[in-house]
Amino acid sequence: MSTFVYMTRCDGCGHCVDICPSDIMHIDETIRRAVNIEPNFCWECYSCVKACPNHAIDVRGYADFAPMGHSVRVRREEEKGTISWKIKFRNGKEKNFVSPITTKPWGKFIPKLAEGEKPNQGEIKSQILYSEPEGLNTKQELPSVPKDSFKKGVYY
Amino acid sequence: MIFNNPFSPLSELMPSIVMQIFLITMIAFVAIGTLIDIIHKKNVKYFFQNAKKAKLSATKKLGSGEKVSIIAKTIVYDIGTTSELGAGKRRVAHLLGMYGTILFWIGSAVMIFCYSSSSSIDTPLVWPIIWHLGAIMTILGGCWFWFFLRVDVYSEANPWYRIIKADLFVLALIATSLFGLIWSYLQSLNLNDRWDDKVFLVLYVVSNLVLFGGVYWSKFAHMFYKPGAAIQKNLAEADGSRDNLPPEADAPEKFGLGIKREAPKHY
Repeated sequence: MSTFVYMTRCDGCGHCVDICPSDIMHIDETIRRAVNIEPNFCWECYSCVKACPNHAIDVRGYADFAPMGHSVRVRREEEKGTISWKIKFRNGKEKNFVSPITTKPWGKFIPKLAEGEKPNQGEIKSQILYSEPEGLNTKQELPSVPKDSFKKGVYY
Repeated sequence: MIFNNPFSPLSELMPSIVMQIFLITMIAFVAIGTLIDIIHKKNVKYFFQNAKKAKLSATKKLGSGEKVSIIAKTIVYDIGTTSELGAGKRRVAHLLGMYGTILFWIGSAVMIFCYSSSSSIDTPLVWPIIWHLGAIMTILGGCWFWFFLRVDVYSEANPWYRIIKADLFVLALIATSLFGLIWSYLQSLNLNDRWDDKVFLVLYVVSNLVLFGGVYWSKFAHMFYKPGAAIQKNLAEADGSRDNLPPEADAPEKFGLGIKREAPKHY
């Protein structure tokens, strides 16, 4: 499945471009509206669908397994802190759900990566990931796979 | 300069009928360009197909009175204040450009048709003021948008000087108003038939030809499509079809406070 944009609703605000983790939502050069430039790379995370303030983005099921017009649409209301889903099945049955977006204050749990120290070259090449091992609530050394133990014929 | 009708002295150079034919030609360009755009993109066909589909999933039948009230509300609020752009700079810049352009075009049409011949009565002060004010508003809104608010620049990290096809409309609009203003200013200086104002008159005419002649290639036709889409969207909300969207949440208190969205600026 992949996202697509209703051009009549899109106003080209750029929220979907900003949020897409696949970096496939971009701005069309002819009409300056959002467009999914690589539908087969979309993993249906629904980030852009939820972020769009005009509900201009929808997700299309591939015709071979969703041929009869199902629909999964979402309405995100920030001022109320709610996210509502409407699931329309292929036989016409509908289900509606409402959930809180978050019960935590906005921004409180977003890591301030820009304020942290820049990693040096050694850290970048290390097999230890950012904030490890402290981030895993341990101060012990983590196991690693030394390169010389790789199978012969595999190069990195 | 702001109190002078720039088309009145022009009648010494060309008869006012030529100006009137030029204006009608520009309107014809818009109509033809939009029609070709509709045929090529099939967007109106899609629009009506979608409206028909929405009607099938409607939960409520709207009476004609309700429809008229929704359409009137959409025209005043959604279209008149471009509410879809939310609160912020983009909306203010768009409103400046939109109302500036409307004033500029109305001012041009009235002055060309009613007060452009040398024999006609003096132009009431209000029309040159509207024309100049409209041009200034268009330049302000257009330049604010083009230099600072373009989504392909602030969201995609493209350089500000990169020009794409979508810029054809806004740049032609700015050029028309800017060249028109400079031409009007030079005319008001009484340069005794010097070349300056003629050059800017030619630039003004050329930019008009690009703006109105380029409808098929530019974003010009969005002025007609967007109001139609806004009306269809609000009718779909009212009849319960809502383009398959869930209804607005009746949020219980435990859902807590709302949140504030971050503006897209991560590049």
